Amino acid sequence: MTFRKYLVLAGITVFSTAGDSLLARGMKDLGGFSLHNLSGLLLAILNPWVAVGILFLLTFFACYMSALSWADLTYVLPATSLAYVLVALIGHFRLHEVISPTRWLGIALIAAGVGFVAAGPSVTPARERPNSQSAPRDTVSLEVKP
Amino acid sequence: MKDLYAWSAIGLIVLASTTGDVLLSYSMKRVGDVGELWKRRGVLAVIGRVLATPTFALGLMAMGVAFYSLLFGLSWGNLSLVVPASASLTFVANAVAARIFLHERVGRRRWIAALLVAGGVVLMAV
Repeated sequence: MTFRKYLVLAGITVFSTAGDSLLARGMKDLGGFSLHNLSGLLLAILNPWVAVGILFLLTFFACYMSALSWADLTYVLPATSLAYVLVALIGHFRLHEVISPTRWLGIALIAAGVGFVAAGPSVTPARERPNSQSAPRDTVSLEVKP
Repeated sequence: MKDLYAWSAIGLIVLASTTGDVLLSYSMKRVGDVGELWKRRGVLAVIGRVLATPTFALGLMAMGVAFYSLLFGLSWGNLSLVVPASASLTFVANAVAARIFLHERVGRRRWIAALLVAGGVVLMAV
């Protein structure tokens, strides 16, 4: 694992959290939507909060796909759950929301789970993978050594 | 009856998002390390190769199904039930699916992590 790869994992957490918050903020401006008002949903991207939110979520997706290209799914997924922790901590320290003891316990469990996985290998041996032979030779990751 | 609808929506969300994650992960493993490809051939080669992987489109479709199931689930059940239940079950289902379909070695370390995260997500929503 290089520094760049940890940066991508951090990007997954940060951009999904920021994207969701921005979308929520923008949708609050626009009010509720119904099935009869679908054109309004298309115009929603004109709202700057929503537009930046979508841009952030696209960045999140790019980071997620990049991470999946060199790490196992079971390695990357726990990193995505850190977003829940980040939202709670932002709520606590910036918005002074009260976090109940159960939620602190939840935060601790998620952090422990992520730490557990991050300390292990990011890719488990790919020799048995059915797709490793059919993948183009020149793009098989250097990290996927037998 | 409403509970039954909510739980079937949760089941659908878990099934669809697990399918989507597995397909996307499979596709990206076929594409290979995106960073290296980008360095050697440029960003257009990366995008082209990702889009040329048929399972990628299937994975995106499955993610779309998961998103709409979530919207339906939210119209039948409470936010505080549907979101944490589907999120935490998805973590466990993904560990099982990654082991079976992606042949990842889900050792004790990753099982514990999946269960810790799943439990943590539930507690966060209580």
